[in-house]
Amino acid sequence: MSLPGVRLRDISIKVENNDTSSIGNISALMVEIATLLEKFIATGATAQIDLKSLPLGQHEYVMLRDTLGSGEVSARLDAIGLSEINETKYPGVWWATHHNIEGDIVADLIEITNCPAILASQPQDMKKGLQNLQAAIPSDINY
Amino acid sequence: MKEHETLEERLTQQGISRRSFLKFCTAMASLMALPPSTATAIAAALSQAKRPSVIWLSFQECTGCTESLTRSHSPTLESLIFDMISLDYHHTLQAASGFAAEKSRDDAMRDYYGKYLLIVDGSIPTKDNGIYSTIAGRTNLDMLHEAAKGAAAIVAVGTCSSFGGLPMAHPNPTGAVPVSALIKDKPIINISGCPPIPAVITGVLAQYLTFGSLPDLDELGRPKSFYGETIHDRCYRRPFYDQGKFAKTFDDEGARNGWCLYELGCKGPTTHNACATTKWNGGTSFPIESGHGCLGCSEPNFWDGGSFYTPLAAPTADISTIAATAAVIGAGAAIALSVTDRNRKKNAQQAHEKLTVKDLT
Repeated sequence: MSLPGVRLRDISIKVENNDTSSIGNISALMVEIATLLEKFIATGATAQIDLKSLPLGQHEYVMLRDTLGSGEVSARLDAIGLSEINETKYPGVWWATHHNIEGDIVADLIEITNCPAILASQPQDMKKGLQNLQAAIPSDINY
Repeated sequence: MKEHETLEERLTQQGISRRSFLKFCTAMASLMALPPSTATAIAAALSQAKRPSVIWLSFQECTGCTESLTRSHSPTLESLIFDMISLDYHHTLQAASGFAAEKSRDDAMRDYYGKYLLIVDGSIPTKDNGIYSTIAGRTNLDMLHEAAKGAAAIVAVGTCSSFGGLPMAHPNPTGAVPVSALIKDKPIINISGCPPIPAVITGVLAQYLTFGSLPDLDELGRPKSFYGETIHDRCYRRPFYDQGKFAKTFDDEGARNGWCLYELGCKGPTTHNACATTKWNGGTSFPIESGHGCLGCSEPNFWDGGSFYTPLAAPTADISTIAATAAVIGAGAAIALSVTDRNRKKNAQQAHEKLTVKDLT
């Protein structure tokens, strides 16, 4: 149904201004990341930035993604929801996004480290895994 | 879940790995607005956390606070937290009704005397001995005093139980008061908001579960980790305020460009809450991101503070000039303006006056 004499293409559409992506938060964040990376290289002190605690606009979030880019390592965890852990194009700077089972982001972190701790196998899990592995070995094999 | 079981034991039984538990603790740290580095400490504490009894009393309220919590978009996290408490009484959520429901509350109060956490939503009517709201024939006033006696702490969820809220708005026909007006001998934590952000409710519960203590509170009894800063402090539109760029109407060029909504009545500068960072609907957005100013719902007497759509702090000088000056000389002018805002808001509340456009000139 359309109004008499009005065609869809006659209705002017104004695209919202996307300039909100450059209101200054990204520059401050990049300086903080650079400072933390410099400290990590010098002292070995790891650091994390909780992106959920920062007042980033949607444009700025995308802008930060583009600015940090992708590096050589990309990992996915399936642990009570998906987690995506990627090294950025700046070695030592990682972006870890943790989702719940429904796909909502429950934690979103920039990590300054040589490898995020959550990627490592946990001793408790390894013990349980060893039991399972031993149980899977046929009983007539003596190892 | 058995009472002596810890969360880690419970999760292990469910086949959840240690790595998943660490991820859960990372999310908890973010939820509690703690530094990410505390995730390891949270894991250590939560591994040994026991299951506390919780009694939830709903008084003069609209059930919006419970709706907020149960509509949370983080069911895994919330369900894990709620797995860690024994919600022994909540007359909206519990299956039992009538005498059985009241008995469950009595049992919990007796069995966990001095240890249970009491959560209250809704204000308490005190006029005419509190007869304007009763449950099972008993006044809210009576039930609160009884339940508060054995509580380890009280969590006032929502602006009604924290500050009186809508029921206490002028002319307050039921003589409604917040919990803190009646209970003076128990620690009370106010989680204000109409409704409160669900993550803030669970964040406070998580803090209690993790550390066995209540978080640091501001002068109004709210956790500093969530209410320590104003919406304005953390607003992504703040740079526009500093640049003196304001939307004048909801459909002008400034509004389309995402400029500051201060002149359209945004109460962000005087409102302490975590909306700008924690956000709503699974972190999707918050009112200002959707183009509407903050109503100030987490502050006392916000219903009586004048219109939502006129600047509560009607400036005597041109706001663009003040903001532009603030941008040049730093935060001093902005702080001064904020103090002026609060004073004007207080005066408006006391007089129950409604500001008009004329007040802007």
